Amino acid sequence: MLAPLRFERGPRMSTQQKTAGALQHARLPGWAPGVVLTGSAAFGGLVWLLSGNVAFGVAGLILAFLIAMPLWATLVEGRRAGVDRAVTAMVWSAFGVILIPLVWLIWLTVSKGIEAINMEFLTYSMRSVVGDEQGGLYHALLGTLIVTGIAALISVPIGIFAAIYLIEYGRGTKLSKAITFLVDVMTGIPSIVAGLFAFALFALVFGPGRFGLAGGIALSLLMVPTVVRATEEMLKLVPDDLREASYALGVSKWRTIAKVVLPTSIGGIVTGVVLAIARVIGETAPLLVASGFTNNVNTNPVDGPMMTLPVFIYTQYTQATEKGALYAWGGALTLIVIVMLLNLVARIIGKIYAPKTGH
Amino acid sequence: MATSIDVSDVNIYYGDFKAVEGVNMTIKARSVTAFIGPSGCGKSTFLRTLNRMHEVIPGARVEGKIVLQGQDMYAPSVDPVAVRRQVGMVFQRANPFPTMSIYENVLAGNRLNNKRLKKSEADTIVERSLKGANLWNEVKDRLNKPGMGLSGGQQQRLCIARAIAVQPQVLLMDEPCSALDPISTSAIEDLIHELKSTYTIVIVTHNMQQAARVSDETGFFNLKATGEPGHLVEFNSTEKMFTNPDNEATEAYISGRFG
Repeated sequence: MLAPLRFERGPRMSTQQKTAGALQHARLPGWAPGVVLTGSAAFGGLVWLLSGNVAFGVAGLILAFLIAMPLWATLVEGRRAGVDRAVTAMVWSAFGVILIPLVWLIWLTVSKGIEAINMEFLTYSMRSVVGDEQGGLYHALLGTLIVTGIAALISVPIGIFAAIYLIEYGRGTKLSKAITFLVDVMTGIPSIVAGLFAFALFALVFGPGRFGLAGGIALSLLMVPTVVRATEEMLKLVPDDLREASYALGVSKWRTIAKVVLPTSIGGIVTGVVLAIARVIGETAPLLVASGFTNNVNTNPVDGPMMTLPVFIYTQYTQATEKGALYAWGGALTLIVIVMLLNLVARIIGKIYAPKTGH
Repeated sequence: MATSIDVSDVNIYYGDFKAVEGVNMTIKARSVTAFIGPSGCGKSTFLRTLNRMHEVIPGARVEGKIVLQGQDMYAPSVDPVAVRRQVGMVFQRANPFPTMSIYENVLAGNRLNNKRLKKSEADTIVERSLKGANLWNEVKDRLNKPGMGLSGGQQQRLCIARAIAVQPQVLLMDEPCSALDPISTSAIEDLIHELKSTYTIVIVTHNMQQAARVSDETGFFNLKATGEPGHLVEFNSTEKMFTNPDNEATEAYISGRFG
């Protein structure tokens, strides 16, 4: 049997001695952070009670933990450990603080929106709905899917091919630098400008009018830069080793891209595309300008205004009636669910296509 | 199936920087030719010009003549892709395709070029190549598992199997054992011995014992000073190189007096 391993130089050395080579120091017990957290929570609760404001309470909790934990660690374990605890506590606090609005937003939307959701709400439009009659967002749901679908159809191929050019063909050339610059500029376009551009574009050719295709074009302007950027990053991650391995087998460049580079990075590209869709699906301003609004179901993207979920939420909210507010929450919940589903799909696809390393 | 390569007056550039200058040699068919020399002397760069992989790097170019089967592979009318089908390559780091299984990795050269294969033909190629790379017995029961799941030495032999599956004339190996343990190294050296009956093999190595063990002829590359281009100091039969080299610098390098 081996004796427990101890890095002691001599029999007389004790854990209390702080000689240069000593590896053993006093350590805080594992339950220490829990105790400090409980204490800080009690302090925060007290602040809440005294001030009557929950925000002060949370701030008190965080502050108490940020001060007490490093202080205790410094006293027992030394300065380096104290700094370590302080940074750890700050990182966790930042994480917690950022979580508050997220959880709050989802909880609020779900709790308020769930009342509005029923079969009729999801399958009826607002056509000829007067007063307290039930109506729904079917027309807006359909419109959102069509308009976003058009946007994706336009921007996914353009974005992916642009990224392939930038990474695989145009590295370091003037054209690729110009494209990268323009893509960066496009990222910063205010969304309403994109809407006005699409509206003006079609107004110049066909005369003023609002319809689904214009909205799709407006959204694709916003989507292309995101797709390009995401695809670029994923293509950069594919090691040059693989490209060279393929060239060395006598495979041409475009086949290497199509059969080695893209399959290796497809998971990340799909994730990027879906996140780009999720980003534009909630755009309101460009759709208000380019697609307009209607109470009717319209599945023809080139004829007449087309309702979309964000615009539905906006119009219902501006009604300023109790029913309008309820419908706005219902629409918001539907939109969030769609975005969540898209994210879920992206994750599943990413998992399926991730390069396999198993045995 | 194997062929010799004639190299005359080859200069290799990275942009304006001349990396290798004035190389002349004849690489014999069905033999193993080793390149040795200190780091940065251009032996890998030279190896990569032998199948036009050098020009994959932006700004890289080559002057001079490299003749394979009576044709200058740097003639303007030559498609680099066609050259690479004749001259296969195994890299320093094993690089199996991560999206493919062992089976698909071996067939990659055929499949990526859209060659249509019957199942029986494909099975034959896979078995022949994996047997050729001494890997068949280790992987025959898990051909559909990912190639990345193999050990480093197995991955390197998988890459060799992949390279010989397209039946090239010449096989280039860029320090194929530098990331491997002695047992895998020995496995690959045995493999090189077997392969040389069918292929012309050119190998770059930092390990002089390895060069002495596997090669028939050896080229010693060196540079006069840092920033100067590398050049071929001596090219001779391995036996002569390691017993009685013509050049003093070769002797100094091989006996360990520098480098």
